[in-house]
This record gives sequence, C-alpha cells and structure tokens, in this order.
Amino acid sequence: MKVRAQIGKVLNLDKCIGCHTCSVTCKNVWTSREGMEYAWFNNVETKPGIGYPKDWENQNRWNGGWVRTPSGSIRPRMGGKWRLLAKIFANPDLPEIDDYYEPFTFDYGHLQSAGESKAFPTARPRSLVSGQRMEKIEGGPNWEEILGGEFSKRSADYNFEGVQKEIYGQFENTFMMYLPRLCEHCLNPTCVAACPSGSIYKREEDGIVLIDQEKCRGWRMCVSGCPYKKIYFNWKTGKSEKCIFCYPRIEAGEPTVCSETCVGRIRYLGVMLYDADRIEEAASAEHVEDLYQAQLDIFLDPNDPAVIEQARKDGVPEAWLEAARHSPVWKMAMEWKVAFPLHPEYRTLPMVWYVPPLSPINAAASAGKISARNGMPDVRSLRIPVKYLANLLTAGKEAPVVDALERMLAMRGYMRAKTVGGVVDEGIAREVGLTPAQIEEMYHVMAIANYEDRFVIPTGHREDVEDMYAEKSGCGFSFGNGCSGGTSEPNLFGAPARKKLQTPTEVF
Amino acid sequence: MADFIHHLLFGIYPYIALAVLAVGSVIRYDREPYSWRAGSSQLLRRKQLIIGSVLFHAGVLLIFAGHVVGLLTPIAVFDTLGISHGAKQLLAIVAGGFAGVLGIVGATLLIHRRFFDPRVRAASSFSDNMVILLLWAQLALGLATIPLSLQHLDGHEMVKFMNWAQGIFTFRSGAADQIADVALVFKLHLFMGLTILLLFPFTRLVHMLSAPVRYVWRPGYQVVRSRKLAR
Repeated sequence: MKVRAQIGKVLNLDKCIGCHTCSVTCKNVWTSREGMEYAWFNNVETKPGIGYPKDWENQNRWNGGWVRTPSGSIRPRMGGKWRLLAKIFANPDLPEIDDYYEPFTFDYGHLQSAGESKAFPTARPRSLVSGQRMEKIEGGPNWEEILGGEFSKRSADYNFEGVQKEIYGQFENTFMMYLPRLCEHCLNPTCVAACPSGSIYKREEDGIVLIDQEKCRGWRMCVSGCPYKKIYFNWKTGKSEKCIFCYPRIEAGEPTVCSETCVGRIRYLGVMLYDADRIEEAASAEHVEDLYQAQLDIFLDPNDPAVIEQARKDGVPEAWLEAARHSPVWKMAMEWKVAFPLHPEYRTLPMVWYVPPLSPINAAASAGKISARNGMPDVRSLRIPVKYLANLLTAGKEAPVVDALERMLAMRGYMRAKTVGGVVDEGIAREVGLTPAQIEEMYHVMAIANYEDRFVIPTGHREDVEDMYAEKSGCGFSFGNGCSGGTSEPNLFGAPARKKLQTPTEVF
Repeated sequence: MADFIHHLLFGIYPYIALAVLAVGSVIRYDREPYSWRAGSSQLLRRKQLIIGSVLFHAGVLLIFAGHVVGLLTPIAVFDTLGISHGAKQLLAIVAGGFAGVLGIVGATLLIHRRFFDPRVRAASSFSDNMVILLLWAQLALGLATIPLSLQHLDGHEMVKFMNWAQGIFTFRSGAADQIADVALVFKLHLFMGLTILLLFPFTRLVHMLSAPVRYVWRPGYQVVRSRKLAR
C-alpha cells in the first residue's frame, strides 16, 4: 500500500442551474488570451447533446482514454508507444478548431465610427484566428444551450446508447440536465501517458495534473489522449494547456475559481486518500461496468488506523489526514454513494465526480401510472432515463445510480416529513440503507451546503517545497522566459510576439 | 577574388554556421524554453496537413540520414565493406531522389496550405514562412543535382563532397579546395544547406533536437512529480 492524497471534487448536478458563472470566471482568470479564445477549461453543456468539442464522448472517433488488451493490460486507445509516435507528424485523432468552434469577436468599433445612415449600424462578427469577416457563426462553446438545435442532431449524444431515444424527441417526453465539465485530474491520466516529451505530470502531493510549459514541445498527443477533450492546443504558442485546478489557490487552502464562484453551491472539494500501488489494477478491471467499483476500492478510509500509519510513512501531512476525515468528497462518494465518476469506461479513474440529478416525473407516470414510495415517485418514472445517467456515470450499470437517486429522494421525503409534518420517519432512512443521522448530515452538506462544508482544503506545505529566500524579489507568474513576462517585443529566438495587455480604457 | 569568396563560403562559413547552430541552440534551450516547440498548425486546418506533413517529414528524415551517413562516414569504411564509389553514388541518387520527391511534394502541399489558408497564414510568423520556403528551395536544388550526378556515375564527384565535409569536421585546412571545381548547382545546394544550419536556432526547426525518442523507453506510462525539494 502506498498512500497518496488528492484534492477531489464533486459536482451536485441536482442543483446546477446552468448559469455558466463557473465557465466565465474561469475564462476570465485563465484563458482570456490569444491562442486560447476557443478554450474553456470549464464549460457547461446541456445534455442530451453532443457537447463541446462536438461529439467528444465518441471515442471511436477520437480514440481517447485507454483500452484493455486481451492480455489484461491497458494501453492508450490511440495506440502503444510506437503507434503513438508514428502519429507525430500528423495526428489523425486530433480535433480541428471547427470541432470546438471558430473563436470570434464583433466589430464593436464600427458602432462608434459608422457614418450617418438610414439603418442602424451593426457589429458584425470577425474571426479571432484569421481576422477575417465571418458571415455566419457556425458554433460556440455552448451551442446546444437549453436543448438548442433539432433533436436529430442532439440525439447523436453517446449516452443514448441502449435507450429508446426516439420518444425523448417528443415535447411531452423531453428532458434535460446540465453537465459542467473540467479536467478530471485522473488517477490514471491518458494525457500524461500519451505525452512523448514527458511534460505532463501528476503532482504527488495533491494529485493535480499539470503541463510543464517549458518542456512541452507541442506534439499534441495529449489532446487526443484525453477522452474528455480537456487539453487545449494553444495555436499561438504551439503548446498545450489545461485546467490547472487553480493550484495557486488550492495550495493556499482556497477553492478553485469555478468552485468559489458557483452560485448554486454545487461544487465540493475535499481530500481523498488512495492506494497508488493499485491504480493500474483498478484501471485494468475486465468489465467496464466494474470500473466504478474498482475505483471505489482503491480509495482508503481516512479513519482506518492502518491507513493513517502508512500515510504518515508516505509523507502525507497531518493536516491532510485531518482534512480527509472531514472530506465532503469522501462522504458523497464513499459513505452515501451518491457521487459517481464521469465515464469510468475510459479507464482514466477520474477524480471529478458527479451527483446525478433528480428530475420531474415523466408524462406516462403523471398520466396516472405513477408508482410511489413514501409519497415519492419511483426513480424509474423520472424524466431523465436512469439508463442515460448510467451511461454517463457508471458505464451503463444502473443499480448504483438508482440507489443514489433513491437516497436523494429519501432525503427529501425525510426532511419534508420532519419540517412540514414534524415527524421523524426513521423508516424512510432505513429503507435506503441510511441512518437518520446520516440523512441529516446529507441534508446539511448537500442541501444547505455551507462554505466550510463544501470546501475542506488543507494548505500546501510551501516550506517543504520552495526555498523562500530564493523567491525574494522574484517575478511571480510569467510565461517562461524568466521575468520577461512574455509581453516583450519579438526576440531573437522567434518567441511569439504577444500583444501587450490592453486595459479597457485603452480599448474604448 | 573568386578563390577568396569560395574559401570564405566553403572554408570559413561552415564554421560560422555550425558555431551559431551549436551555441544558439544551447542558449535558446536554456533561456527561452517556452519558445521551443514544433509549432504545429494542425489544429487550425487539418486539410493537406496529414498527407503533406507525413510526406515532408518522411522525405526529409530519409534525406537527413542519407546525408549524415553518406557525407560523414570515412571513405575507408566503404572501401573495407567493399562498396564501390559507383554503387554508393547510385544508391544516393536512387534513395535520395525518391526521398527528395516525397519531401518536395509534401513541402509543396505545406507551402500551399501555409500561404493560402487564411487561418494558417494569419497564425504564421515570418520565420515559419521563411523556413518552409528555404526547405523547399533546398529540396529543389538537391533534386536538381541528380541530372548532373547521372553524368558521373563512378562517384568521383561524390568523393569530393565527402572529403570536404570530413575535412570541415576534422579541422583540416584546405577543405574548401576539394570542391573548387564542382558545378554551380552543387555549390548553391551547399551554401543553402549551411544557411539553414545558421538559421536553425532561430526558427521552429529546433524541434528536431527534441525528437521524443526517449518516450519509447520511458518506464511505464505515468509521470508523477513531487514538489518536495531534493535535500
């Protein structure tokens, strides 16, 4: 057993209102730069839909993630090392920018400078890549917002596999949910495995997956390797970039920007302990339906004395062990089993988990065929098909999703009985395998969701990792090149000439 | 005067080019690691790149290997192995010609894409444009030497170039004299080649030095780094 700690994350989809505050704050902080206009480290998709980039879940097309070979080992779906290197001159698995969208701006200046005319001047779109006029905007980072577009296109959604999807095209039976997505900071990341330069790495201390920008050579294998398509090729600098899990904030014990700004309070951050020696074993599970359980099995109980002892030996700081015992991620993933990994069948062992959403009861059920329990509907009569959620979260295995939805319904039933009826109905709790105390805690963490319950983040130990004296008078964050900040004039070695940062007062 | 220029271009200039190549690459690797990348534009336009880039790289790599082995292997080695100069010349013409055609077809596709695709053109720097044009011209010059080489299949001209290249690398004086009487197209090809070496550290060509061969024997797939200071 080798104990490692990771800051894990859970998103409670039951409460996501699709406001995109996470995406916008993330964008403003990290990707509002030339070359990254099209990139969203965090984006929110409306499901069902093909998502962003288009059709990202279709691994027959993009070859992301891992496959299990007949011998029982795993290798990237793109191919083993030689096969992967053979793709280096031209990578057939790489999306084109149109698969994301062509980034655009509008000719705002024209609104001010246009001469007098009969018609109102308009601000027409212009490509941010070529600078040319775009007659029609063909796509965007959220092109299917709230079921935008026709069902025939949206229903290409991979998660409809095994679902009779035709009926969901009818207005009466339609359903939708939001899916905010960011880098999964996987335990078994394919991007790391696919990087020929070895520039992508997982941090031992907190599990954050980062790209060493000075070591990245722009071979772009990571973009294809990542099945979530959460690595973006910066076409200006020729290097790949990805969600950094706001590591400067995490190190300081603060939540990521997307979590901090989430107005729905759906995001949770907490420490998870896992057995690093069993990652490969878990990722190699024979059947994809077993991968969810396999990942649960390598998480280590922070209250187990043997785990604590080993964790101390492996250098996990005491504060992290303490945080692990209060981790909301542990509670939701392990204690209550209401959170699930996104597409475990990719075998990456992702560490951003999701609580499936409840939904209104479907048309058939409301037409009188309702099957109820404790005044709550059967989860199979909810609008969002269980199979759809299972395809998204458990590689198609429905039982765990059903259990989770029932527990969430039970939490509502229990609390309604308590606050409205004034009765504590222990039966509701027991029926879903929980105690009243657990239901109360679930309610506290998932429904009330106070700041300190959502974010239990121990600080990084800077004294262990940096010589602070050497940082004195340092230049802080810069784009490589020492203290030059990357905004200097074109230099001898052809570093791209970047535009100086414009302040709003200069623009207008 | 002509002798002086010849000596300057093929006796002195090689050392300048090689010195700039070596020192410039080291300085750039050390000082500007953020600028050290392959500079792929595949994201912006896939069209023409898949076929163009594969042909170009396959051709150029074959040619590069051919030139290194062909020019820098001591003649004595070929004599010991029993490979006659004529046979070596023929091999160079056939293999080099084949690879050259691959390379120039690929380069033509890449040039067309770089200059006529609005996205790729907008994202290209002066050095990106210059490098692909230079390489195309160099491939064309290289292919243009084939008709001349076919006139002396015994390989004696080729031996001159081997003596010159090996003379440069072994610091022998008078290396340039070895190729004093070769045809102009050869001289142009040599000059252009040296110029590419000179410009190498200032362009995207440096990605060659980072060819990720180590990936193949990297243990396992995963990379984990610890932030802890090595004490």
